[in-house]
Amino acid sequence: MTDSKYFTTTKKGEIFELKAELNSDKKEKKKEAVKKVIASMTVGKDVSALFPDVVNCMQTDNLELKKLVYLYLMNYAKSQPDMAIMAVNTFVKDCEDPNPLIRALAVRTMGCIRVDKITEYLCEPLRKCLKDEDPYVRKTAAVCVAKLHDINAQLVEDQGFLDTLKDLISDSNPMVVANAVAALSEIAESHPSSNLLDLNPQSINKLLTALNECTEWGQIFILDCLANYMPKDDREAQSICERVTPRLSHANSAVVLSAVKVLMKFMEMLSKDLDYYGTLLKKLAPPLVTLLSAEPELQYVALRNINLIVQKRPEILKHEMKVFFVKYNDPIYVKLEKLDIMIRLASQANIAQVLAELKEYATEVDVDFVRKAVRAIGRCAIKVEQSAERCVSTLLDLIQTKVNYVVQEAIVVIKDIFRKYPNKYESVIATLCENLDSLDEPEARAAMIWIVGEYAERIDNADELLESFLEGFHDESTQVQLQLLTAIVKLFLKKPTETQELVQQVLSLATQDSDNPDLRDRGYIYWRLLSTDPVAAKEVVLAEKPLISEETDLIEPTLLDELICYIGTLASVYHKPPSAFVEGGRGVVHKSLPPRTASSESAESPETAPTGAPPGEQPDVIPAQGDLLGDLLNLDLGPPVSGPPLATSSVQMGAVDLLGGGLDSLMGDEPEGIGGTNFVAPPTAAVPANLGAPIGSGLSDLFDLTSGVGTLSGSYVAPKAVWLPAMKAKGLEISGTFTRQVGSISMDLQLTNKALQVMTDFAIQFNRNSFGLAPAAPLQVHAPLSPNQTVEISLPLSTVGSVMKMEPLNNLQVAVKNNIDVFYFSTLYPLHILFVEDGKMDRQMFLATWKDIPNENEAQFQIRDCPLNAEAASSKLQSSNIFTVAKRNVEGQDMLYQSLKLTNGIWVLAELRIQPGNPSCTLSLKCRAPEVSQHVYQAYETILKN
Amino acid sequence: MIGGLFIYNHKGEVLISRVYRDDIGSRQAADSAVFSSSGPFPGEWLEANRRNAVDAFRVNVIHARQQVRSPVTNIARTSFFHVKRSNIWLAAVTKQNVNAAMVFEFLYKMCDVMAAYFGKISEENIKNNFVLIYELLDEILDFGYPQNSETGALKTFITQQGIKSQHQTKEEQSQITSQVTGQIGWRREGIKYRRNELFLDVLESVNLLMSPQGQVLSAHVSGRVVMKSYLSGMPECKFGMNDKIVIEKQGKGTADETSKSGKQSIAIDDCTFHQCVRLSKFDSERSISFIPPDGEFELMRYRTTKDIILPFRVIPLVREVGRTKLEVKVVIKSNFKPSLLAQKIEVRIPTPLNTSGVQVICMKGKAKYKASENAIVWKIKRMAGMKESQISAEIELLPTNDKKKWARPPISMNFEVPFAPSGLKVRYLKVFEPKLNYSDHDVIKWVRYIGRSGIYETRC
Repeated sequence: MTDSKYFTTTKKGEIFELKAELNSDKKEKKKEAVKKVIASMTVGKDVSALFPDVVNCMQTDNLELKKLVYLYLMNYAKSQPDMAIMAVNTFVKDCEDPNPLIRALAVRTMGCIRVDKITEYLCEPLRKCLKDEDPYVRKTAAVCVAKLHDINAQLVEDQGFLDTLKDLISDSNPMVVANAVAALSEIAESHPSSNLLDLNPQSINKLLTALNECTEWGQIFILDCLANYMPKDDREAQSICERVTPRLSHANSAVVLSAVKVLMKFMEMLSKDLDYYGTLLKKLAPPLVTLLSAEPELQYVALRNINLIVQKRPEILKHEMKVFFVKYNDPIYVKLEKLDIMIRLASQANIAQVLAELKEYATEVDVDFVRKAVRAIGRCAIKVEQSAERCVSTLLDLIQTKVNYVVQEAIVVIKDIFRKYPNKYESVIATLCENLDSLDEPEARAAMIWIVGEYAERIDNADELLESFLEGFHDESTQVQLQLLTAIVKLFLKKPTETQELVQQVLSLATQDSDNPDLRDRGYIYWRLLSTDPVAAKEVVLAEKPLISEETDLIEPTLLDELICYIGTLASVYHKPPSAFVEGGRGVVHKSLPPRTASSESAESPETAPTGAPPGEQPDVIPAQGDLLGDLLNLDLGPPVSGPPLATSSVQMGAVDLLGGGLDSLMGDEPEGIGGTNFVAPPTAAVPANLGAPIGSGLSDLFDLTSGVGTLSGSYVAPKAVWLPAMKAKGLEISGTFTRQVGSISMDLQLTNKALQVMTDFAIQFNRNSFGLAPAAPLQVHAPLSPNQTVEISLPLSTVGSVMKMEPLNNLQVAVKNNIDVFYFSTLYPLHILFVEDGKMDRQMFLATWKDIPNENEAQFQIRDCPLNAEAASSKLQSSNIFTVAKRNVEGQDMLYQSLKLTNGIWVLAELRIQPGNPSCTLSLKCRAPEVSQHVYQAYETILKN
Repeated sequence: MIGGLFIYNHKGEVLISRVYRDDIGSRQAADSAVFSSSGPFPGEWLEANRRNAVDAFRVNVIHARQQVRSPVTNIARTSFFHVKRSNIWLAAVTKQNVNAAMVFEFLYKMCDVMAAYFGKISEENIKNNFVLIYELLDEILDFGYPQNSETGALKTFITQQGIKSQHQTKEEQSQITSQVTGQIGWRREGIKYRRNELFLDVLESVNLLMSPQGQVLSAHVSGRVVMKSYLSGMPECKFGMNDKIVIEKQGKGTADETSKSGKQSIAIDDCTFHQCVRLSKFDSERSISFIPPDGEFELMRYRTTKDIILPFRVIPLVREVGRTKLEVKVVIKSNFKPSLLAQKIEVRIPTPLNTSGVQVICMKGKAKYKASENAIVWKIKRMAGMKESQISAEIELLPTNDKKKWARPPISMNFEVPFAPSGLKVRYLKVFEPKLNYSDHDVIKWVRYIGRSGIYETRC
């Protein structure tokens, strides 16, 4: 008997024919008709008009017919709610049927009919079925609760089905347990706050027992549920892991992956010193490799997950490079993923093999794959220094193939290699230049232009090459335009004589003829720079570039941790959190890895350093500014530039010969040749007037000054406080304090790298501040800062920087740059670092000054809990450059008259009254600048109490 | 969980469509479809809703011009998982963050179940059995959660006749339900055979990637132990093989045995088991014990990478003579006991796309140039161990101005040998049935080893 004939009836009036057949007396004919209806439904015809006729066929003892009618009902009940009621009676009756298969069928189907009126009738049968004697009915009813919850959550709660469902977790039948777990997990997802699953050691034990007995699918439900559990300590985590590991040998890949998820998550809690930890690591590798012999679709899922696992715990698969070698017949999606993992696993030990493979792949057919392979060669060069030379020669070989996209891709990666190993492989430039004409992709063109600009002095015809690109300037993409602009400016700075025309041309193209604001602004910046201070321009444009980091495209650590919690699921396939692709509230609960427990904390401190300090005590981190600000900072971070702000003069310069004088200094020996050059100033008035002005003025508006005085507490040299938490600075943590020793002030910094990548190229800059504090030397971090490494640096400070009154007075705003980004924070410095050594005033002078300063400038403070005698206090203060000028004893009280001088020459006079036996003393301060008094008082307090 | 399951033919027409969840398809799109149509039936809204997802997949994947770039596609926040069997597409659809591995495992399982019921998965078979498929889909997927999908269990109550239910006794019914939900869902009670017999097939596929210079780049064996059991009652079985870990563990007691069998033991990188095997017991004692399903099933899969016997070596020599001629010489050497015979040997030597003519000379077997496959196919029926054979070919090329070089795909090989290239040996398979009166000795056991080529490639 074949059913395919039902697909072929397409003639008109079919509905009426079907109607007649459905109402036929003959059972066989009825069944045939229902089949036809279902077939029509499948191919997308609307057969809802037959609803009453089909429902009439429901009362039958033929199970097959019944199932067909149910199928129809599920499809159309929603569009015919009133008619659907007609079916209720049959359902209710079927739920009482002696045959458990029919009872289950009825309750299963009823749950699929999403009509409110029906759900009311569903409750009673469902309640009975949840307690049915037959496990088949119970397991079906368990899922039905989830269905009902999806239609009417309130109803499920009111009817107490959730409790019944929870009871089913203790059911004797493993499949009932599994379905109950699945249903509860789903319901819990839509109520993230409710403690619905209420996992505790007892229930976990039940689940682990059921795990050994239920179907493969049930095992997945249970493992996925277990992964949400948070063991209370490492012991519990270990015992769960021990019971989950046997699942790694299951034939079903999903069971394996879900088990891997549980293990990866709970491993977080195990100490790395534990033997078991090592055993577990070893146990994880083989099953992951086995997943690669599954069907291609599953391989793809596995590879996407392995990609995450390799990033989280590279040690697991570090010896398994070979299994990721691409097979000729792998589907393209498997090939691309394998390639990605190969690069992640590449190391000095296996680089020769990897390179040989990559070279092989670069000759394959699929364009995407070949490109990625070429790119991979470049990444190997950057990752494994020893291999760089071989990589470069491989790339050159590939360029010789003249295959267009291979050449372009190779040039893009060679650019990166130049960035990583400057002055090493430039000999290949000639070969690259030969291929200029074949470049038709923006990225490759931009890379080539960058190379020409960067090495303009070694390329004889650099100007010709760049000029050839300039011809079609407006047809290029922005990326190429920007690069061309920079490259020509570089060229000009290196070979000013021959290239003036070119640079003028590109500047006017960029500023006048382009409507792209980025391009225009960059054009203006260069123009201004060149016209006002070519030396500065040289410093800026030809500045040494930071080396590029080794690992690119790593997933950000917090996202990685979240994705580890989603191993096996779609999120791990997309490498995106569920919220990025799931609509509404479902499944978007943010998951995170468990923290390490106390017993293992000693071994693993950096990740778990307490970050929960009271918020008031932490210096505020200025939120990331716009890109423009960052760019500007990037430009002139470095040794502090003294002298007048660059652009204050730029506005009135108008049409004057802008480069005139400046060029002399640039070229030294041939001054007369350039004098006549006429640089026409940028024509519009839209030039930002204070382009070169210290960034501070811009920044200060943005700063929100809410720091507390937390940094002041502590000893004479306050202990280091965290100024910039790692969370706010992409993994860089900065703590520090200020010291003053023999007349020099320094800022003692401790930089910790809590990110995954190496940090290099540190630089620091201060905003203008009340006392002109500025770094006296560049920030010297000699070696790159590798992950989890900490360096201590003492940064000497001067007080000759530009001054701007801050609020509070001792506020200091700092920008720190590294290869990743620029970060901002502000901190308060204790005023005593500004007390100079020659602050002792002559007695006469003291008296005169004291009288001279008006009384309203006097401020009085109480210093409590300071049980020091006059002697001790005096010597303590003296070591901080607060000098005692005179001492008197009045009515049993010691009066100390003291003076101090600030770095900017402000004198502060003080009278300190100490009563023996009384722990608090009184401080009177007189100063011509009364606003410092408060801070001097704080300095006193700090010094005396430590 | 899975929101819906669709089966399409190669043209993208829907053959089967089963929706489990309402969220499939976007509502706005569905609404607009209803309002734009002239005479909206009430059912059309829902229909349009569903159609939307169905069509999205057809347009974006089946009719996509490009090769499939991923088996998972996200279209308008809806994820589509697909597998293809011959020219039939199976697609599972969801809007949630489902367990992706589970969905694919389910789709494969679905294919297995369908194949077990009506053979090859083809458009014709699916149309002929659509009622059955709907019935199966109703049973093995509930609200998108996979349920018991063991064909053995399913066949007891979902039949193509569909009338069995009327004749079932109460005991039969409860037997069915306990089997479907029970601990041993894969076997029913009360099976009886006059002759208790079992067959074990050790089927291995040996995979190799070799460089032109004869260096092994990667090699592994993926093996399967397939068992066919015709045993009465609920037999408790224990399977033993020359697993290095087990042998060494036992060897501790008797040094004698270690020296005898230690050499022949093999290191298994990893293995996975049919769900009947007690995994916790394997984990703790490394013993493989189980109650087998009736009939044929795959007991275990394993993978080895150490000490593999590579049955053949391929030595290629490709020489370019000018721009229009290639000379190819390939030698194959068999590397196993001379008393054994390899069969169905096939060597496939790829040729460039611009090949105009080929002359082949081979010492043994038959060789032919197949233009449609861009390859020279050399077939040898039988070859004993430790032998060597050679083929040489001259390939004439058409001059082309194609800049791209020929990618030189690897030379691949197919064969079948009567031993296990991994070295795996079955040591025992013990059967205990405490309730019935037959013992291990009464069971007739057959063991067979077959080694086949997997991806067996040599670069040239």
